[in-house]
Amino acid sequence: MMNQVLFYFFAGLAVLGGVLVVTMRNAVHSAVFLITSLLATAGLYLTLNAEFLFVVQIILYVGGIMVLFIFVIMLVNLDVALHQVQFNRQSWVAGLLSIVLLTELLAALALARSGGPGMQLLPPPAAAAASLEGNTQQIGMLLFQNYVIPFELASILLLVALVGAVVMGKKKI
Amino acid sequence: MQAVLHFLQANMWPLIDALVIVGVFPLMAGYVVLLERKVMADMQARLGPMRVGPHGLLQPLADAVKLMIKEDIIPESADRIIFWMAPVLSVTAGMLAFAAIPIGPGFLIAEMNVGLLFILAVSSMGIFGIVLGGWASNSHYSLLGALRSAAQLVSYEVAVGMAMVSGLLLAGTLSMKDIVASQAEKGIWFVFVAPVGFVIYLIGSVAETNRAPFDLPEAESELVAGYMTEYSGFRWALYFLAEYSNMIVVASVATTLFLGGWMRPFASIHALDFLDFVPVLFMLGVTGYCVYRIPKQTGKDQGFILAIFAGICFAIAAALGAVFAPPLAFLKVPVLGAFWFIAKVMGYVYLFLWVRFTFPRYRFDQLMKLGWHYLIPLSIVNVMGVATALVLHRQAGWSSWVAFPVLLAVTVVLAIWLVRAGERRDQEAARSAA
Amino acid sequence: MIPISHYIVVSLLLFTTGVIGVLTRRNVIIILMSIELILNAVNINLVAFSHYVGNLNGQVFAVFIITDAAAEAAVGLGIIIAFFRNRQTLLADEMDLLRW
Repeated sequence: MMNQVLFYFFAGLAVLGGVLVVTMRNAVHSAVFLITSLLATAGLYLTLNAEFLFVVQIILYVGGIMVLFIFVIMLVNLDVALHQVQFNRQSWVAGLLSIVLLTELLAALALARSGGPGMQLLPPPAAAAASLEGNTQQIGMLLFQNYVIPFELASILLLVALVGAVVMGKKKI
Repeated sequence: MQAVLHFLQANMWPLIDALVIVGVFPLMAGYVVLLERKVMADMQARLGPMRVGPHGLLQPLADAVKLMIKEDIIPESADRIIFWMAPVLSVTAGMLAFAAIPIGPGFLIAEMNVGLLFILAVSSMGIFGIVLGGWASNSHYSLLGALRSAAQLVSYEVAVGMAMVSGLLLAGTLSMKDIVASQAEKGIWFVFVAPVGFVIYLIGSVAETNRAPFDLPEAESELVAGYMTEYSGFRWALYFLAEYSNMIVVASVATTLFLGGWMRPFASIHALDFLDFVPVLFMLGVTGYCVYRIPKQTGKDQGFILAIFAGICFAIAAALGAVFAPPLAFLKVPVLGAFWFIAKVMGYVYLFLWVRFTFPRYRFDQLMKLGWHYLIPLSIVNVMGVATALVLHRQAGWSSWVAFPVLLAVTVVLAIWLVRAGERRDQEAARSAA
Repeated sequence: MIPISHYIVVSLLLFTTGVIGVLTRRNVIIILMSIELILNAVNINLVAFSHYVGNLNGQVFAVFIITDAAAEAAVGLGIIIAFFRNRQTLLADEMDLLRW
């Protein structure tokens, strides 16, 4: 029961935060609602027993990426931006097509649940494998044994992004 | 309704602990402020607050009342909702971290497998309170102060995180309770095994909490008061509370990770078990000193308040002594552990205060250079050193008395080389620019 | 136990909101924030499936996506700042010349 209350709370907060991100006029308000949505997503991870991802989401996404966003918003803060038109000319078509996309995806989900022709239902969820090792240790083992090459490539990617961001930020290259 | 009652009953102790912390904590932070003013006065050869209550002991209560009844001023073009929310965010982040800190073996509110990372995550949430507060004030000084403070916090967070990783390698687990348990099992505080990590954590945590000598964003002579400029009255009190609670949280993490948590010194040497009596004797000594000072107070009510204070200290001493009696022996480790934990946290906080009144303030570019050019490479080298020592100890079978000192020497040599290489590079850059 | 379809619905709603944000807003910073929403939605989907199938590959993939999102946000914001210095505008409609 508590699980359900928590799920609906976090899910509702995430979706509400997401909707408010794309509708707010002020960029800082959008950033604040994105932070709310990201925190709610972290809560959703916690309901899925993904505790390492919960803390990594908060440390990296909220504490790193969003701080970066807020810095840039404050550096390029334009007062005139508050009075301009917020939505572009293709808004209606884009909105309509996105609703079509959503309907299509939800229909695919409904079809998969009812087991349409040629579809295999997902087996009932496995009992929570409460192994002795703990979520963080298991992810660490996977990262350093099975996925060590993507891990190293991700670090090279971060190095490239670091150098790229520094070069982009310089006034004279 | 039934489910709510069941939930409350199942989580009774953590909820009570949480209420106690939220209720008692502002008072404790207020007394840390008083301690800071007395220590500052002592280092400056004066007395500090003496007027309100004997030796200024009621000063925090007077300050709290004053701040609560002050007029609430909001700048006209400030963003109201974010202006209101920013101090609340800072204080929430500061207090939330307390959920994961083990004051004693049973005093943990939320036992998490990832407790250490949770505290790191919550501290990075506190950055938003500062940045949003500075922006919402709609004032140039506030915005600049907030941006500088956020840049400083984010930079030193990397070094602090790496220093924590070096301690974590030794502990082998992220759960705060198990980190102290692993120090108990290995019989040595991790500060003696990885001292470089402790030093990096110390410097980084002073920067993380915006304390001097890294307090450029909020010092009174710089940028007015930085992000706190437009806040007055209770909102400023919330920011202040957030800063001191950050200090205590950071001290608690250092105590848990490096200084052995709730263990008494030399916990593994049973010949020194008489040290268990030190808490009781200490509190009795404090009580005796208070009683001795009562006749010397200037007024009868001052004496009366000091007598109440002495009574509180005696009650604590009695509680600490009562756990030696056989019926209460199961409480011995938690209660004495709580005393040692608080003593270590207060020692670390005293280090903060000492450093504040000793060193001049860093300029902002010097501050960033220290963080990025010196502390981060040093913390990376430290992690590699500790990891190598662990591999040598576990895989290659070296004795830990050999592996760790050798790698400590290698780390220190590399650190000195890095610092000198950095200085040489700066000199060449200055020479070629001149 | 919450059925997985609930998590998938949350993920789809967030994804669509992000897509609307990318296609509709003029302010490039909000476009970037909508991209983060999309990546987040994908992460929720991955972690939900990881929980319901029982192994941790989904969570490892989500860690990589978060890392990648950080790198992309950093470079994207650097580009925005560089562009802002030159053209003083943040609106996607006005960034319409390939060279000038």
